[in-house]
Amino acid sequence: MIDKSLRWVDDRLGVAKGGRTFLDKIFPDHWSFMLGEIALYSFVVLLATGVFLTLYYVPSAKEVIYHGSYLPLRGQRVSEAYASTIGLSFDVKSGLLMRQAHHWAADIFLGSIAVHMARVFFTGAFRKPRELNWVVGVSMLLLGILNGFLGYSLPDDLVSGTGIRIAYSILESIPIVGSYIAFFLFGGNYPGNGIIIPRFFIIHVLIIPAIIVGLLAAHLGLLVKQKHTQFPGKGRTEHNVVGSPMFPTFMAKTTGFMFMTTATIFLLAGFAQINPIWQFGPYQPYQISYAVQPDWYMGWLDGALRIMPSWEFVGWGHTWPLEVFLPAVLFPGIVFNLFFAWPFLEAKLTKDRAYHNLLDRPRDRPKRTAAGASVFMLLFMVFCASSTDVLANFFNVPLQSVLITFRIIVIVLPILTFFVTYQICKELQGYEAAGKRKHPVVVTLTPEGEYRTTEMAPHPGDGHEEIEPIPVPTFINLVPPELATGSGVRRVMR
Amino acid sequence: MSDESPQLTGALPVAALDDPHLQPYAAHPERVNAVAVLSMVVGFLGFIGFGITFWISDQVQWEAATLGVGLFGLGFGVAAWGKYLMPQGPFVEERHDFHSTEAERDAMSAAVLERGGIVVKRRKVLGGLFALGAGTFGVVAAFPLIRSLGPKPGRALFTTNWKKDSLLVSLEGRPVKVSDLDVGGVLTVFPKGFEGSSPDQTILIRLADIAPGEPPFPLAPPGRSDWTVRGYVAYSKMCTHLGCPVGLYQEQTQQLVCPCHQSIFNVVAGAIPEFGPAPRPLPQLPLKVDAQGFLRSQAGYDQPVGPGFWERP
Ligand code: HEM
Ligand code: FES
Repeated sequence: MIDKSLRWVDDRLGVAKGGRTFLDKIFPDHWSFMLGEIALYSFVVLLATGVFLTLYYVPSAKEVIYHGSYLPLRGQRVSEAYASTIGLSFDVKSGLLMRQAHHWAADIFLGSIAVHMARVFFTGAFRKPRELNWVVGVSMLLLGILNGFLGYSLPDDLVSGTGIRIAYSILESIPIVGSYIAFFLFGGNYPGNGIIIPRFFIIHVLIIPAIIVGLLAAHLGLLVKQKHTQFPGKGRTEHNVVGSPMFPTFMAKTTGFMFMTTATIFLLAGFAQINPIWQFGPYQPYQISYAVQPDWYMGWLDGALRIMPSWEFVGWGHTWPLEVFLPAVLFPGIVFNLFFAWPFLEAKLTKDRAYHNLLDRPRDRPKRTAAGASVFMLLFMVFCASSTDVLANFFNVPLQSVLITFRIIVIVLPILTFFVTYQICKELQGYEAAGKRKHPVVVTLTPEGEYRTTEMAPHPGDGHEEIEPIPVPTFINLVPPELATGSGVRRVMR
Repeated sequence: MSDESPQLTGALPVAALDDPHLQPYAAHPERVNAVAVLSMVVGFLGFIGFGITFWISDQVQWEAATLGVGLFGLGFGVAAWGKYLMPQGPFVEERHDFHSTEAERDAMSAAVLERGGIVVKRRKVLGGLFALGAGTFGVVAAFPLIRSLGPKPGRALFTTNWKKDSLLVSLEGRPVKVSDLDVGGVLTVFPKGFEGSSPDQTILIRLADIAPGEPPFPLAPPGRSDWTVRGYVAYSKMCTHLGCPVGLYQEQTQQLVCPCHQSIFNVVAGAIPEFGPAPRPLPQLPLKVDAQGFLRSQAGYDQPVGPGFWERP
């Protein structure tokens, strides 16, 4: 039956040869290769739950009187966007689950991209020939962050509305064209003419997701074409890939993993409340909530804005709001340009133009590892700076001291991190057994009072690593002699 | 089908089931098998549970729990099957260079440069005109895309609806009487007719109870004491940092705090920023009392309100 339909398709499209190669595609077995899969599967969850949300969400700033089942809001004037999101949460069956799953999936999506990117960076997987895929990946991160911001702006609640207000002012801070960009995007002076919610909506549900889907296809296409990188090991060279085959081993593992990722997102969605917009209330431009904290992936920008000194510059008949432009436009601009350019920069610095299919151990590239750790520390510290007020309250110190501490820390700590990391890498290089899997030993005491150590048998999985790898075979019970040929080739009866 | 003679259909390497490459990862495959079976059964029950929950109660925890158990059970079972029971190899696949040979590269660039070059060189005018046309199209096509989006800023960022003699009203549109606020009281006010408008939002604070005819409340420089009346002072409520409403008045220290990035403004010193990223004082609205005892503005703001922008002189 399967054979017959395959023949039908193959007669018309000729898929058997390529398909077989695809089924035999080898995936290296290393846990760190699953990080990208988390990103992929949470994006799938985003698409699925997002489509559900579009069926109920109304992208409109029009004011209506709330009549739904959430009593504290009854009779209040709210926007249709806000009312419909409240409706999604209380009046649509499974709506709250889907909304919270969408939000959790977004957080996990961006988190896993970041960690995935770190693994690619620290192992040098971005080197020739994979620079393009690195660029595609960074683009997806950038678009993902943007889409996350647009998404949590959609409910039009007090917290996210404040975020939109801040975004407007950030646009305004751009020299020369800033106010034009802000006016064009919002249709006027803040809060604009009500067009911003429908605009954010269409960008959020169609334009950016479509681009991400395209990039994702390119990302995976390049992956298949260029094949995976792998860590050095027995039988592994620059000219092969060792691991388990697409079908059936990898397919089973990754399908299971997809279900488990989805399960995690839905469990979080049910048990860890996220973005309870009914508690924040509807957005009004003259109101403010005291718990203004953006989603985590925007935290670094918020932190940068907080610790920046108030360096507005007035000159040549113009105002240069550097206290906004530097931390909120230039800083992320530099960070992302550095991300995009890194593979090319590194090739230039090391003059290394060779193909690389075997991965580095981070300690063997101390400079790269130190540079990465240093940038990570900078971003992490700026991120922490987005809770200066919380920290001041918690440690009961004046806000002023926390602020000044952070201003010093964000400069000193990254530099320190660079040298410390570099030193750690150097030390580890000298230590032979670092990172090797340790075999447990059994210590026995003989009647004579002597201690003996015996190595325990290796874990069965480790045994596999000792075997010489072979091309993916067809599994059969036994080879009937009349079908076997000298070269390990099977004759097929038809 | 089967009456044809056996034929060779291509390289299909084989391995017998006792080949070490086909051995499962698990030391005790039967135990893993039992766990996977159990896990998938639990998963199946989870899905059934979700179906039932959906119909009988729409409770988010139950929905999540049942769905989560279903997905996790099924997923864990399949993953365990794949990881511990399926052949682990190691298997190998050769990489092939994907770059072309030098000759192929030369042929390609020759095709572009020579073939294309000759065609274009022969008809330079056509080539030039096409480039010109396509370029112009690119530029004019952007006009509607960009210019239609919204109005030009014009003077919009420089003005508010506060004019000479504007009546101060609350959000509900109620005019503010001199006797309305106690010392330490605050109220968000708008010019009458523009209740709730973002750029007009103004914070009215009563600093002291000063009798009519007495000298005005002494604001420290750069404040304007004669812009206060009867101990009332009013500032734009839009933070000069990024435009958040400066919503928190601390009476003891007489400071206005912006909760967004913790800028602090000194109310008795013309709202200069004492702390945080805000670069400028909050603009002050000059106040007066009319014959009926209602608060009005002497004039509009003397400068743009809110965050900085390029056109601001
Ligand atoms: C990169 C992918 C995406 C990210 C990072 C993302 C993120 C978010 C976030 C954080 C929210 C706020 C949820 C909340 O209310 O707490 C949201 C809302 C929303 N998203 Fe997405 N999303 C993505 C893709 C999509 C897609 C593909 C669709 C539809 C096809 C979609 C439809 C919606 C809708 C309708 C809302 C508003 C309803 C609501 O807020 O509950 N999203 N998104
Ligand atoms: S908006 Fe007020 S401090 Fe940033």
